Amino acid sequence: MLKISDVTKTFNAGTINEKKALNGIDLHLKPGDFVTIIGGNGAGKSTILNMIAGVYSCDTGSIVLANEDITKEPEHKRAKLLGRVFQDPMRGTAGAMEIQENLAMAYRRGKRRGLGWGITKEEKEIYVEKLKMLDLGLETRMTSKVGLLSGGQRQALTLLMATLQKPQLLLLDEHTAALDPKTAHKVLSITEQIINEQNLTALMVTHNMKDAIRLGNRLIMMHEGRIIYDVEGEEKKKLKVEDLLKKFEATSNGEFANDRMLLA
Amino acid sequence: MSMLLAIEGAISQGVLWGLMTLGVYITFRILNFADMTVDGSFALGGAVSAVLVVKGMNPWLSLLPAIVAGMLAGGVTGILHTKIKIPEILAGILTMIALYSINIRIMGQANTSLLGEDTVISLLNSIVGASSNVLALSVGVVASIVAIVALYWFFGTEVGSALRATGNNEYMVRALGTNTDTMKIIGLMVGNGLVALSGAFVAQSQGYADVGMGQGTIVIGLASIIIGEVVFGNRFNFAYKLAAVVGGSIIYRIIIAVVLQIGMKSTDLKLLTAIIVAFALAMPVVSKQIRYTLCVLFIGLMMLMTKQIILILFIVAIILLIALLVNMIKKAMSSKSSEQEVKGV
Repeated sequence: MLKISDVTKTFNAGTINEKKALNGIDLHLKPGDFVTIIGGNGAGKSTILNMIAGVYSCDTGSIVLANEDITKEPEHKRAKLLGRVFQDPMRGTAGAMEIQENLAMAYRRGKRRGLGWGITKEEKEIYVEKLKMLDLGLETRMTSKVGLLSGGQRQALTLLMATLQKPQLLLLDEHTAALDPKTAHKVLSITEQIINEQNLTALMVTHNMKDAIRLGNRLIMMHEGRIIYDVEGEEKKKLKVEDLLKKFEATSNGEFANDRMLLA
Repeated sequence: MSMLLAIEGAISQGVLWGLMTLGVYITFRILNFADMTVDGSFALGGAVSAVLVVKGMNPWLSLLPAIVAGMLAGGVTGILHTKIKIPEILAGILTMIALYSINIRIMGQANTSLLGEDTVISLLNSIVGASSNVLALSVGVVASIVAIVALYWFFGTEVGSALRATGNNEYMVRALGTNTDTMKIIGLMVGNGLVALSGAFVAQSQGYADVGMGQGTIVIGLASIIIGEVVFGNRFNFAYKLAAVVGGSIIYRIIIAVVLQIGMKSTDLKLLTAIIVAFALAMPVVSKQIRYTLCVLFIGLMMLMTKQIILILFIVAIILLIALLVNMIKKAMSSKSSEQEVKGV
C-alpha cells in the first residue's frame, strides 16, 4: 500500500539552523493497516506525514502509494490519494464558507474542477446522511458558515471531508491535540468508526500514549528522525504506557520524554 | 443647481467606476490579495479601447480586447507572485510600473483623444437622444448587472468555489487537490479584466484615455468597497454584496462631487481618499474614545481643506440626524422583536 524507502530530509541545510528532520526512514504499510506514531518534540512525526502529503520534497529516497510513485508529485496532485486532517482545526475547513460548500469541495477531491455548479441537489442528500453519522446535529445546519462551529465540530467535519471520497491513505496529524479531553475523545471515536467502516489505511500521529496503544493494529515510535520501535498485532495489544516510557529512556540516553507525554 | 448637476454626473461616473470596484473586490476581498496591478490595468483598458476606436473599430467591440489586455496584466502579476514567489504587493507594483511604459507604447503618446470619434455613449445618443450623463448611467447600470450576474454564476461553479476557498484557506484547498497557484492566477485575471473594462468605459465616457488615469485606482476601489460595506451592510447573498460594492462606488463619487462643489481643490482629492480609507480601516481597531477624536479630527481636516466651515458643520449635522434616526428605528424594531420572543417563550 504505502512504501517509504530511505527518505531523508534536512531543513535549512548549510545554515546554523540546520536540522536533520528525517534520517533514512523505511516504512511499509499493508492495506488496512492503522498505524499510530508517537515520539517527542522534533522526532519527525509530523514531518513524515508532511513528506507523504507533499508539503515538503524528499532530499533522498522515494515514496510509493497504491503502486504510484509520488515522490516528485506536487501536493495538489497527490491529494487524490490522500485524506488529511490537521492539528489546527482551522486548517481543514474554510471558515467563511457553508458546511455544504466545504463538503462539496471535498466531494470533488482529486477530480478536475470545471464550470459545472459547485454543489448539486443530489449531493446535498448524501451530505445530510453523512452528517447524521457524526451525531453532532450538523445535518440541520447545512448552510451555516463553518466559522461558527467549535474546534471539535470542525475536526469532525474535516474527518468526514477527508473520507468523503475514500482515500488510499488517511493522514491524521495530532488531530485531537488542540481539543479539550471530552471533545478529543468524541473525535477519536468518530475516527475509529470511520476507519473501521471504510476499512481505511491510516497513519495517526499522537502525543497520547494511551490512545497510541488503544487504537490501531501497529505502533511506531520515532526519535531524532528515525523509527526506533515498531510493534504490531498481539505484541502491541499487550503494550503498556510504562513499557513505552522505558523504551523512550533507553533510546534517548536517559533524556526524559516530554511533559505532555507523561501527563497523558 | 450646479450641485445637482454635479451629483448627476457623479452617479453615472460612480456606476462606470463600479465595475473597477467589483474587480478590486474579487482580488482584495475574495482572493485576499492586495493587488496593485489595477492602477496600471485601468489605464490599460482605457488605452487599448481608445486606440482601437481611433483606428476605426466599433466602440462596443473595442471593449473585448480591453478586457483581454486587463486579464493578461492580471495573469502576469499572478505568475510573478506564484511561480517566482515575489510578495503580492511587489508583484502588483512591478506589473503596474511596467504597464506605464506599455500604455504609452500602445497609445504612441501619453494620451489619446476621442474627440469626434464614435463612443458607446455617442452611438446610443444618435439612437435615443438623451443626455450623455443619463446614457452613461444606463450603460453603467446594464454593464454592472451583467457583470454581477456573471460573477454570481462564476463563483457558484466548481472553479469559483475553489477560488473563494483559496482566499479563505489555502491549506485546505491544496489538501483537496486543487492548485492554489492556478486559482490565484485565475482570480487576478478576472479581477483585472473587470478593471480594464471599467477603464475602457471611463475613457469613452470622458472622451480620452490618459496614461495617468489609473493613478490611485486601488485606493479608490478600497474606499468604495469599505463605504459600500458600511452603508449597505455585509448581509444577504453574494449578489447583494456585489451590488453593495457598486453602490459604494456611487456614494464615493457623490462625496467627491460634493466636496469639490463646496470648494475643495481637486488636487486634494487623493489626500482625502487616502484619509477616508485610513480612517475607515482604523475604526474597528481603536477604542471608542479614540474613535470620537478621529471623527472630530476628520471634520476639522475637511474644514481646513475646503475653507467652508459652516457648510461642513451643516453636512455633519445632517449626517448626525440621519444616524440618530436610523438608531431610533433600529431600537424600535429590536424592542418589537424581543417582545415577540418573550411571547414565543
